[in-house]
Amino acid sequence: MIRTRWFVTIFYILFLMLPIYGLVTMSFKTTNEILGGFSFWPQEFTLDSYIKIFTDSTWYSGYINSITYVLMNTFISVLFALPAAYAFSRYRFLGDKHLFFWLLTNRMAPPAVFALPFLQLYSAMGLFDTHIAVALAHCLFNVPLAVWILEGFMSGVPKEIDETAYIDGYSFPRFFTRIFMPMIASGIGVTAFFCFMFSWVELLLAKTLTSVAAKPIAAVMTRTASTSGYELGLLAAAGVLTIIPGAIVIWFVRNYIAKGFALGRV
Amino acid sequence: MQKTWNNKAWFLVLPVLLIVALNAVVPLMTVVNYSVQETFGDNLFFFEGTRWFREVLHSDRFHASLGRQFLFTFTILMIEIPLGVIVALSMPKSGVWASVCLVLMALPLLIPWNVVGAMWNIFALPDIGLLGYSLNALGIDYNFTRQPVSAWLTVVMMDVWHWTSLVVLLAYAGLQSIDGAYYQAARIDGASRWSVFRYIQLPKLKHVLIIAFLLRFMDSFMIYTEPFVLTGGGPGNTTTFLSIDLVKAALGEFNLGIAAAMSLIYFLMTLLVCWLFYTLSMKGETQ
Repeated sequence: MIRTRWFVTIFYILFLMLPIYGLVTMSFKTTNEILGGFSFWPQEFTLDSYIKIFTDSTWYSGYINSITYVLMNTFISVLFALPAAYAFSRYRFLGDKHLFFWLLTNRMAPPAVFALPFLQLYSAMGLFDTHIAVALAHCLFNVPLAVWILEGFMSGVPKEIDETAYIDGYSFPRFFTRIFMPMIASGIGVTAFFCFMFSWVELLLAKTLTSVAAKPIAAVMTRTASTSGYELGLLAAAGVLTIIPGAIVIWFVRNYIAKGFALGRV
Repeated sequence: MQKTWNNKAWFLVLPVLLIVALNAVVPLMTVVNYSVQETFGDNLFFFEGTRWFREVLHSDRFHASLGRQFLFTFTILMIEIPLGVIVALSMPKSGVWASVCLVLMALPLLIPWNVVGAMWNIFALPDIGLLGYSLNALGIDYNFTRQPVSAWLTVVMMDVWHWTSLVVLLAYAGLQSIDGAYYQAARIDGASRWSVFRYIQLPKLKHVLIIAFLLRFMDSFMIYTEPFVLTGGGPGNTTTFLSIDLVKAALGEFNLGIAAAMSLIYFLMTLLVCWLFYTLSMKGETQ
């Protein structure tokens, strides 16, 4: 019984790791070796692909651009969502259910529907090809998500805490920042993680809204794959480097990640 | 929780309302605008009424991509939900190994979607990729750039690889919330493994599985980047799903009217599912 259980888990994790293994080994191979045929392990181990990425500014600026708009988006999303989630978890007000539903629909809206209108909207505002444009555009799905997760976590805090604080003479802003936010710190962390994640993995809008100055790493990769020949090693190395930020942030939220994926509602 | 009625709470939600409205209402209105007009360039527009909608609803191309979309979504749901539950059940319950499993399993979720596509492209290349090479070495004729069946299998496998962990994490969170007393009672009654699953775990998992089912339904319904990078919608049109077809029409062929009408029909479908999701999950909460 115990054996079959371990077998399932290990087999599943192996299945998850195999493509990543393929990518990592390919990033250490030379182009000749890759195109020459399949090998399980790099024959001529090389760091050329990584060196190229870290020295060529079109490559590493792609990383800086991506990180910049992702962090901006995470900050904006959490900042805007905090008071709204509090309102949804504590009060009933005119049209609250409709508003919550409407927010939710934006999380479900296919980005493909919005790609072209977004391009026109942000060009009209003079924000085309800036980091803030991508950060604001990603708010379309990240702000509703953040409100949703935070609302789940906030509903777990008993209302008596708020009432006691108000009786003790705390004003709303002081109560919210001094008492309430520390209490749901793990929820805020998880929310930030999810905003980071969805902004980091999204490409369609990020690519549509940028051309040169704010081009995300993912778009730099697409260009390399198509125009400058078929440099698989370089592509693989860039791919490996995009996995690393995700792996780092997962480690910090590992104990809350399951609850977060259930949107704080388990 | 008992909530108090207070309309001043609107001030707290106002910032969210404004930022989301900027991103949602303005573009949506643009789409509506395009969907009823014809343009010949130079910003000249002519009113066309419902022509584009009729054209889209009667076009074989739309029907074909919609059919492929449903087939794809159905297939991956049938695989991902049961597999996710099985893995969650067999995972370590707590301790260091549980954390290690969670982190490793969450990894695919944090890889940019085009990198997922590129990774699977490299992985599945028939002569030099790990999967493609192994399959061909085993004597299976496999080439995802030429054979529709191989392409489908690869896209489905990629999605299973990418998203089953979401179901695992949700089911794991659901299992964690079950009180140990239930298991003790079951042990005293001498319940079998199956009846523990059927009468204790499954009912408790119902709520998270609804979330998992609908999130996976909607996200797979708008899938774009991964299959686009992996197969480009090919060979032929065999893996052209709704979003790929839509972007082709809008940005590739610049058929604004058709693309806008398609967008709205597409959006209404997701809205319908979203409403279902909302009612079901809210119902689960009041219980």
